[in-house]
Amino acid sequence: MIPASEPTQRPPDAKLLFIDKFGGITHIRRTSFDGLLGAGDLVVANDATPLPASLRGVHSPTGRPVEVRLAGRRSLDDVCDFTAIIFGAGDFHSRTEDRPAPPRLRTGDRMTLGPLSATIERLLDHPRLVGLHMDGPADAIWAGLARHGRPIQYAYVPVPLQLWDTWLPVAGRPVAFEPPSAGFALDWRTVERIRARGAVFATLTHTAGISSTGDIELDRKLPFDEPYRISKSTASAIESTRAHGGRIIAIGTTVVRALEHAASRDGRVRAGDGLATQRIGQTSRLRVVDAILTGVHEPGTSHHQLLQAFADGATMRRADKELDAMGYRTHEFGDSVLIERRPRGNQIIPD
Amino acid sequence: MQQKSIVVPGARTEGALASYPSEALRVAITGGTSGLGLALVQEFLARGAHVAFVARGAERVDHIAQEHAGAHGIVGDVSAKDDIYPIAVQITGELGGLDILINNASDLGPTPLALLGDTDCLDFERAFATNVLGPFRLTKALLGALTASARENGAAVVLNISSDAATNAYSGWGAYGTSKAALLHLTRIWNEELASEGVHFVSLDPGDMDTPMHALAVPDGDPAVLKRPEMAAREVADAITATLAQCVPIGATEGDKP
Repeated sequence: MIPASEPTQRPPDAKLLFIDKFGGITHIRRTSFDGLLGAGDLVVANDATPLPASLRGVHSPTGRPVEVRLAGRRSLDDVCDFTAIIFGAGDFHSRTEDRPAPPRLRTGDRMTLGPLSATIERLLDHPRLVGLHMDGPADAIWAGLARHGRPIQYAYVPVPLQLWDTWLPVAGRPVAFEPPSAGFALDWRTVERIRARGAVFATLTHTAGISSTGDIELDRKLPFDEPYRISKSTASAIESTRAHGGRIIAIGTTVVRALEHAASRDGRVRAGDGLATQRIGQTSRLRVVDAILTGVHEPGTSHHQLLQAFADGATMRRADKELDAMGYRTHEFGDSVLIERRPRGNQIIPD
Repeated sequence: MQQKSIVVPGARTEGALASYPSEALRVAITGGTSGLGLALVQEFLARGAHVAFVARGAERVDHIAQEHAGAHGIVGDVSAKDDIYPIAVQITGELGGLDILINNASDLGPTPLALLGDTDCLDFERAFATNVLGPFRLTKALLGALTASARENGAAVVLNISSDAATNAYSGWGAYGTSKAALLHLTRIWNEELASEGVHFVSLDPGDMDTPMHALAVPDGDPAVLKRPEMAAREVADAITATLAQCVPIGATEGDKP
């Protein structure tokens, strides 16, 4: 499939492939997305802003250049400790697969990242993956990230991304590592239309992690554990939507991951903080989410696997063929897919 | 900050009140190192709020942050496009979200004040960059945080500092007056568009205050007849509290409005 290479969040010609709950496929303009909603439905988006999580600097013991990509964290409130992926020389212009390895890293190694300094606290189970501690007071770390950090980006977008390119209209706290890009589809006009249809709009905050590490082995570990927070108002909107027979529409895989993690067996969603650790796939039974709006994901990725909790393998293969044939664009600035969950009890057609 | 029990005529006394029960309000103030801005930092800290303030001078920001425990100092220029998102990252990162934004930083245009016919275009542009474009860009960047706060707590407020020069045509106040007029109208349109999202926009003219800016505009004025910025800061904080108290949580039906 073709990657979207222009950093335009809402191209006017953006397409939407819609898979209904019976596996029927239709194509519409993405700007008409709200037409698929009904009164009493609830749309839940992720309101996390991506941190400027790509930090260029120098590995002090060797003096060699590195790019640090912050990739995970333990809580929404901590700005000192991160899981990070470290690349050697170069930048986003090279594909991550082609990036040189970092110098040999040891526990206790220091790195100077522009105005920031950091210490490798732990080596994790891959030569590129470390536990990183940012030195200094929190406000100084925020200032350093804000001024020196760049959005994480990949070679398919050739121009350097600005912070505003990755900043969703509904984005709030800077706690994610990449944009929860399904939400690019939502501007304030769309939110207004959602309300006008009698549907409700709510958000949660999930620390969307990185989508690719450039290493097959490391990519298999994605997504890492991701902290999230669900407000009381969102939890109660979910409860009342379910009580009145409305549908819960998740904007993006991160929202599915957070809501399903916070859900009890009866589909009640707990407000508060959580750490999403589960993998969602073909055999997962969704307790809360009835439909997902997401990007165009390539088969084999963890995002694509998650979609098979909504539609069976045969339906997904049909959809993938159509996406290809109709020229849908992949990645964060690409087109979209909306999938309704197949009815409960429907036989899963084996892959 | 505890929700103050200010009685606002027509406001419902229960149910519809915006509720900020346990957490302190998270407040961001631009132009926070002198005059009204500094007084606002002090006023909101005294009321128990979490405060972030923005100003251009790094030394002055550090100094004020050190003098005021709990205040987060952010170095940035709201008139510079490239500074806006880094400022927004720091505000929402350091405060963990945002409930109140006060666009206070202002630029007089040419000083000494000049007739429009004598005003350099660059001075005119700078006044608009600081007084109109800056508040527009910063508000836009922070809209997600403000609407999230409104959904969670019932309401959020953006207060833009206005002036009587926004509505009266004073000779010599061309750059300032026209830019403040634009800000006033910007505030009204934002409010029209975002009341349904629970974000309320307020303009407030604090009056003639004894501040460095006023001294720049009216060098031979008598400070004794001017309002103390601390007094104006109290009025601003009261206006915000009153606005929060009047707000109907989003999702409430028309009939619930006071």
